[in-house]
Amino acid sequence: MRSILKNDLQRVKTFYKKFSERFIEGLLMLSSSITSLTVVLIVVFLFKEGIGLFNQKPVEQGYVIAINKNNKVKKLSSAQLKNIYDQKIAHWSEVGGTNDSIVLFQMEDISNYFSDEQIGDQLQNLPTCLNKLLDSLPNIIAFLPEKYINKDFKGTILDVNKVSLADFFGGKEWIPTAKPSAQLGVLPLILGTLWVSLGAILLALPLGLAAAVYMSEIADSRIRRIMKPLIELLAGIPSVVYGFFGLVIIVPLIQKTFNLPVGETGLAGSIVLGIMALPTIITISEDAMRNTPRAMKEASLALGASKWQTIYKVVIPYSISGISAGAILGIGRAIGETMAVLMVTGNAAVIPHTILAPVRTIPATIAAELGETSNGGLHYKALFALGCILFLITLFINLTVEFISNRRKYNKH
Amino acid sequence: MYKIESKNVDFYYGASQALKNINIAIRPNTVTALIGPSGCGKSTYLRLFNRMNDLIDNIKITGQVLIDGGNIYERGINVDSLRKNVGMVFQKANPFPKSIFENVAYGLRVNGITDKKFIEERVETSIKQVVLWDEVKDKLKKSAFELSGGQQQRLCIARCLAIQPSVILMDEPTSALDPISTAKVEELIYEMKSKYTIVIVTHNMQQAGRVSDTTAFFYMGELVEYDNTKTLFINPKEERTQNYITGRFG
Amino acid sequence: MINELKIIKSKRRNQAIAFFIFRLLSYSIVAILFIILSFIIVKGVSVINWNFITQMPEEGMTKGGIYPAIIGTLYLVAGSMIFAFPIGVLAAIYMNEYVKDGIAKRIIKQMTNNLAGIPSIVFGLFGMSLFVNKLHFGDSIIAGSLTLGLLALPVVIRTTEEALKAVDNTFRQASLGLGASKWQTTRRVVLPIAFPNIITGLILSVGRVSGETAPILFTVAAYFLPKLPTSIFDQAMALPYHLYEISTSGTHIEESRPIAYGTALVLIIIVLIVNLLANGLRKYFGNKVKMN
Repeated sequence: MRSILKNDLQRVKTFYKKFSERFIEGLLMLSSSITSLTVVLIVVFLFKEGIGLFNQKPVEQGYVIAINKNNKVKKLSSAQLKNIYDQKIAHWSEVGGTNDSIVLFQMEDISNYFSDEQIGDQLQNLPTCLNKLLDSLPNIIAFLPEKYINKDFKGTILDVNKVSLADFFGGKEWIPTAKPSAQLGVLPLILGTLWVSLGAILLALPLGLAAAVYMSEIADSRIRRIMKPLIELLAGIPSVVYGFFGLVIIVPLIQKTFNLPVGETGLAGSIVLGIMALPTIITISEDAMRNTPRAMKEASLALGASKWQTIYKVVIPYSISGISAGAILGIGRAIGETMAVLMVTGNAAVIPHTILAPVRTIPATIAAELGETSNGGLHYKALFALGCILFLITLFINLTVEFISNRRKYNKH
Repeated sequence: MYKIESKNVDFYYGASQALKNINIAIRPNTVTALIGPSGCGKSTYLRLFNRMNDLIDNIKITGQVLIDGGNIYERGINVDSLRKNVGMVFQKANPFPKSIFENVAYGLRVNGITDKKFIEERVETSIKQVVLWDEVKDKLKKSAFELSGGQQQRLCIARCLAIQPSVILMDEPTSALDPISTAKVEELIYEMKSKYTIVIVTHNMQQAGRVSDTTAFFYMGELVEYDNTKTLFINPKEERTQNYITGRFG
Repeated sequence: MINELKIIKSKRRNQAIAFFIFRLLSYSIVAILFIILSFIIVKGVSVINWNFITQMPEEGMTKGGIYPAIIGTLYLVAGSMIFAFPIGVLAAIYMNEYVKDGIAKRIIKQMTNNLAGIPSIVFGLFGMSLFVNKLHFGDSIIAGSLTLGLLALPVVIRTTEEALKAVDNTFRQASLGLGASKWQTTRRVVLPIAFPNIITGLILSVGRVSGETAPILFTVAAYFLPKLPTSIFDQAMALPYHLYEISTSGTHIEESRPIAYGTALVLIIIVLIVNLLANGLRKYFGNKVKMN
């Protein structure tokens, strides 16, 4: 009797132990899947909103563009609309209509046509007035709230093209709040990002590589022991502090040196980003150089090569893939950096022609504008689409680095 | 006249003494074997002759190492030129990740030789010296890694000969090779003796007996015995030498 | 012979020139670091005093202290670590102790790397759309903490993994050989040995999280709050965001400059403490968790 009980107890114990082992393993597996899950969720959320942009019209929600019903024009693109309202397009012929000049109309203009009494103090006659207006003026184009459109509306409501990929990637203007039609061309932002990052890497690469060579091959261990934590410190400084430093030191310096109206320029962004990219470049390429087999270096030295010859003829060629991985990751860091750039580049969304003009990058645009958007609106979606571009660029960079370092492993065998 | 002499050499890694008062004199055109159990200091000693130990932090050397009568640890000595004169072959074949041709030409290029014709000739004669020419003459542009281990080691010897050193240091050059490749390298060592002074570190007692004229036995940082190879093997003066060569320890 | 002398000379000269340039450039990097640090320290040190770190901001951020921003950052750091540290450590244990090399491990590793490479502003977008909007947390400490936690997760995983890798395999074999289960071995043998390095990783992630701005812009950060947050669903101020706001926007940029210097110095002090602590721990326990 007793022994049976003991046996049972033993069995329960073993079962419990097995069960808890399983349970813990499950828990561990779950934890390790969180990163993958996050990446998937980021993709889903980003792209759901981002791609939603291309299902929308660039005209503000609740508003329509209307013209006289006899007008032959049936469709206008976002850019055409903007040019019409900027009066860069003055004749219907330029957008496929008659040779008459375009008459612009926005709600503020209503008092030019009707008196307050005609409209009514509760705006009750507004729809009728608008109806009359569109009927009577053959060359009118009107930007109207949808709610003032009657059922027997005599004008034509213009079909505005949805935001297209071509507009998005080819558009040269980023004015998401433009009326009547938002301009969502990311070209200046993409170019701005690349421009600033390229400048950063041009500054950081020589410095970073020199430091990597110095620390791994030239300096004695005492100096290395001092420098290594300093580089780590450089990596640890928050980007907003870099931005602040740039704002109070580098920006005024640039303004004075080049005698500019403003110091917030692409150059300022490049300098700050360059400093921020240094630790990445140094750490990774130093690691790579340090991995050069000792036998390789000794063979070179034993043949009478100087230390310097050994560095550039053996160490650098041997570690070139690691060095390029460091450089690419440095670029990646620069492209994705937000706060520092936001604070020093001046954020003008124009295609950059010189490093001494303000530019605006993709991350800075998101950071600066997302706060002003309405949830789910056109502008909101456009910023998510920017997020998608950023995500894809950095993913591409990561995969490239992965590819390079895998190839390096393969080569070593 | 001696080719290499070391006088009262002490060597320290940090605080620990790796070599204690070593005195050796080596005649030109001889092969000297350095033997002893692992960690006895024989490799460290070999690396003193081309100052390869300089790469290590925190080392100290006292005493004198003379090559052709000049102290190579004197101030103002150009280490690169010293190493050009004192070639070295390593334990494991360590060709550069370059072509076969460029491996052999490397030493010439880093020593400032640019004459293309001269380099081609020198590469060819060096590879011929190590009896590798017939095997590689059609693939000089191919990577040195495509060669077998034995071929790679002979290539490394050729690379060393190309800069025409007068002393060649060999640090267990056959320890990673199969018996046939080992025999080829040993034959090579024997032939090279007429032109070079060779110092070889080896773990292999038979090898020391086969290739060397004189042998030095190291034990725990001390030079226990240094003599004619035959004498040392057949009639050692010290008991420790006796014990080692008969395989009682090591 | 003369020719050879010439070559030796030119080799020496080239090396001297090259090494001089390398040394100069390397030292210039150190100089940049010191310029940044000393500038902020010199300008900020006169601002920092007991009142500065214990008082509320006053008069449109031109006077008073940064107490709520410090508290907010503390909440965010604590919140993100409560989330990221256990999950990160467990994930690393799974990767290093349990799963065998193969496709699953490769995928997890790749995904962790990808996550680490995503720019912080994208985390901000994601945190906003998931935590703030979808889950209706609103701008809140919990939304910000979760966003920051996700950002810190790869850092925790990587440092923990390195800490576990540094544990000699013989310890595991000895424990398993005595009949201990995998989890028992991990918990009683591996984790205690790896513990100091895991803590170093934790400290480094704290450093990273405390300075991040972009992820909290749209998930939690408030320009000014008259009261301290009372629940995890409240908004909060935070040091890096505070520095960003008072140095770039508002009508009192010039007047609030001293506050900005002080805030920057507090951030720098956090970084210095984190680095010193991590380095000290590493030296003390003699080991190899990498910083970056």
